[in-house]
Amino acid sequence: MSILIDNDTRLICQGFTGKQGTFHSQQAVAYGSKLLAGVTPGRGGGVHLDLPVFDTVQQAVKATAANASMIYVPPFYAADAILEAADAGIELIVCITEGIPVLDMLKVKAALQGSRSLLVGPNCPGVITPGQCKIGIMPGHIHTPGKIGIVSRSGTLTYEAVHQTTRQQLGQSTCVGIGGDPIRGMNFIDVLSRFQSDPQTQGIVMVGEIGGSDEELAAEFIKAGVSKPVVGYIAGQTAPPGKRMGHAGAIVTGGAGTAAGKVAALKAAGVEMVSSPSDIGAAMRACFSV
Amino acid sequence: MNIHEYQAKQLFRTFSVPVPQGYLACSPQQAVEFAESLPGSAWVLKAQIHAGARGKAGGVKVVQSLAEVYEYSAAMLGKHLITHQTDSAGLPVNGLLVEEVSEIKNEFYLSLVINRETERLLFIASAAGGMDIEQVAAESPEKIVRVAVHPAAGLQPYQCRLVGAALGLGKDQQSQLQGVMSGMYQLFLAKDASQIEINPLIETERGHLLALDAKINFDDNAIATHADIAALRDVTQEDPREAEARQFDLNYITLGGNIGCMVNGAGLAMATMDMVKLKGGSPANFLDVGGGTNKDKVREAFKLILADGVVKAVLVNIFGGIVQCDVIAAGILAAIEEMRLHIPVVVRLEGTNAELGRAMLANSRLGLIAADDLNSAAEQVVALAEAA
Repeated sequence: MSILIDNDTRLICQGFTGKQGTFHSQQAVAYGSKLLAGVTPGRGGGVHLDLPVFDTVQQAVKATAANASMIYVPPFYAADAILEAADAGIELIVCITEGIPVLDMLKVKAALQGSRSLLVGPNCPGVITPGQCKIGIMPGHIHTPGKIGIVSRSGTLTYEAVHQTTRQQLGQSTCVGIGGDPIRGMNFIDVLSRFQSDPQTQGIVMVGEIGGSDEELAAEFIKAGVSKPVVGYIAGQTAPPGKRMGHAGAIVTGGAGTAAGKVAALKAAGVEMVSSPSDIGAAMRACFSV
Repeated sequence: MNIHEYQAKQLFRTFSVPVPQGYLACSPQQAVEFAESLPGSAWVLKAQIHAGARGKAGGVKVVQSLAEVYEYSAAMLGKHLITHQTDSAGLPVNGLLVEEVSEIKNEFYLSLVINRETERLLFIASAAGGMDIEQVAAESPEKIVRVAVHPAAGLQPYQCRLVGAALGLGKDQQSQLQGVMSGMYQLFLAKDASQIEINPLIETERGHLLALDAKINFDDNAIATHADIAALRDVTQEDPREAEARQFDLNYITLGGNIGCMVNGAGLAMATMDMVKLKGGSPANFLDVGGGTNKDKVREAFKLILADGVVKAVLVNIFGGIVQCDVIAAGILAAIEEMRLHIPVVVRLEGTNAELGRAMLANSRLGLIAADDLNSAAEQVVALAEAA
């Protein structure tokens, strides 16, 4: 078992024929993901990477029975792409695109209320179930099938956690990059609840950062309903207030969203917090050696 | 992106949010001319910088004569204003807003922000105007009213009535408030703002609501779609290196320490700063060169870090994923060789082909220090900066 994606995930790519879409589609296929088709408006009827290209997601779904989509379209077209995927009944929408205006995401999230679709991202590395399916821009080969579920707001910090849990011979069940934007699809709690009920996942790594209160909400959730060991790390202890630290969502405003507050909340919830990202793997390993 | 108060007030006029009459003066002569053309015999001079708390720092003056207009304009223009929101160098005052004096009966606070948790636009209002809203929120939260707007329904009249009631407005001011809130809401959506703040919103002795101050921030992700807003950017108010970094698509923020950091990925970049601090050092900057970096970006990044001569040692922290470590190592070596660096550089490479990359750095004879993990990299760079 894993969460969100596995061997049976039927994938399409929106923004398929662009530079990013092309490169990461090739990588996904090389990893073994069942990529069935791509969508680029105006390129329907063509063939790209030996796969059919459609004008609309609806056509692609009709032809392939796809249930997941990865989105690589430019930021100003991304809201349209997400809503198109949802309208076509795609169950899992993974939006990699960085730089989508916040007000676009506000509308997208309101429109997705009541929809069957799950959105991951935007501005995220994607989702991977090692050995089965890779949807996103993460380097596939650093992953190993295993028992640790990883959820993170940061791309490269996710890779750190993956690399270390691979080295510690723990491996990963599924890794979910929820993204660095202030308004996004799945959040820590959405992923943590799935890890908690997934039998393959025996431990969880959670990587957060400054800004917002999602880590604090996750801490409450963990306290009440996560029995598996959780190792946590929060980036941005030294970030000056009011400055956006690379990610649109990584900003401390009015004394809210500080790293110290998040670390304290997670510690109080029983999460094993590390002060260096280099210690994530060893801390997770230690949870299993008692 | 931030803009000046005078620019924000110009946008307010366009969206029918009432503001005092005023003009931007760039010289004392101009300030006197504008004062003469304004009604009344007293004026307010407001230094235009991208920071708040100007009043306490002497950046806002009420003057009673044209001679005073000249005197204070000459004293403020061309100088740097230091407030508790700026750094110790302050920000240059290149313009003054010359405004008519408004007679204040009541002061309120009104802002419109994006609430991340509820994913709604949120009006925040308080009868405690003119004060720092975070202080009000901490000390007397009952004085603050919040009204969330559903994106499909938009701002409803009842929501304006709720705010008006909380502020204790009369019937006439209530209907003016609806105009103010509706203008703010339309402006927010039309220009992709990220925050609009009026502090204070005043009721004049004659019963008019006026935005006495105006602060607007815009969503950086949307600036490219608004040429009119992009044109309002004032680079004199920004850290020159942060502005330069933007040209090269690098995420750079000055922090003031003496250890330069160059990292791929925003999360890892924050983590690297944190590690430097944890080991007793002081990071000079936040710098994210992007998930997949290359030689040109590395070179520009080094230039930025070393520009002011304060940096004593550099920590490069790269996790090679799809871009392999040996390729990145080659980029780092080429950039360092080209730039003839004279300060110690500690490099920590991890990920794909990390051993190959480390070997390349170790064999380069450029004096690079290859570290095995982030802990030891941070320890080494802190020791080197102290020794320098």
